[in-house]
Amino acid sequence: MTIDTVHFTPIAALFGGLLIGAAAALFMLINGRIAGVSGIMGGLLRPVAGNTLWRFAFVFGLLLAPVLYGAFATLPEIQLDSGYPMLIVAGLLVGIGTRYGAGCTSGHGICGISRLSPRSIVATLLFMVAGMATVFALRHLLGVTSA
Amino acid sequence: MNVFFSLVAGLVFGLGLIVSGMANPAKVLGFLDVAGAWDPSLAFVMIGGIAAASIGFFFARKRTQSWLGLPLQMPAARDIDRRLVLGSLLFGIGWGLAGICPGPALVLVGAGVVKGGVFALAMLLGMVLFELAEPGGRQPPAASAAANPPAK
Repeated sequence: MTIDTVHFTPIAALFGGLLIGAAAALFMLINGRIAGVSGIMGGLLRPVAGNTLWRFAFVFGLLLAPVLYGAFATLPEIQLDSGYPMLIVAGLLVGIGTRYGAGCTSGHGICGISRLSPRSIVATLLFMVAGMATVFALRHLLGVTSA
Repeated sequence: MNVFFSLVAGLVFGLGLIVSGMANPAKVLGFLDVAGAWDPSLAFVMIGGIAAASIGFFFARKRTQSWLGLPLQMPAARDIDRRLVLGSLLFGIGWGLAGICPGPALVLVGAGVVKGGVFALAMLLGMVLFELAEPGGRQPPAASAAANPPAK
């Protein structure tokens, strides 16, 4: 293992993480809800009266974030090399997997670990390891760097 | 009121994803590539996120309702079952293929990244397929009571 010192940005990562965690903390304290993006989106697909508007608002906030950021500063680099077939397969897997496993990086990873949920700790370890294994297989076994 | 705070929470969450580098798929893949030139930044996102959220959940646990007087809806599920394991593995494989998870997918759409939009649409389709495969299932205990009509 070698550390990629060129791209390593611990301070920005820590600060961004604090913002994410603060949003999740306040969301629970103010609205009484878990800030899990896949769960919030999934709930929109089976609408329950009085339980839909806040979901749209949260999603809208996420969509608005880069617009607001871009109005005051230059957005950090976004590099997305994947081709369309890969993006479609990946999107389908993320959509199905997060609903079947009842959470994603935010719901299980941030909120779940913060409440010391054994379920979420297991889920987070599993999707981290699966993600690392997938990148290993693609890049180091198949030699694919962007597809 | 809770709709307004939802918007603010989504906004701050999204800004955090941008600042941290989570909204840059190449950076996420750099973290997942432990055998290559490893970029450990994302671990610091998790550390910061969990540190801040833990404080919030610590105080939330002592309460019966939220600051707005809404019920505190902590997930009730405790089982580490096949669904959790298989779902998380599928998600992890998809995450490793493109370096995008649900929150950043929406940020990419907001940033006008066309490829991010394609990913987000495929993700939404995946979620729809899941709903179609499980009509009426997977309701949280609080919402599954017979008194609640299922879908509108």
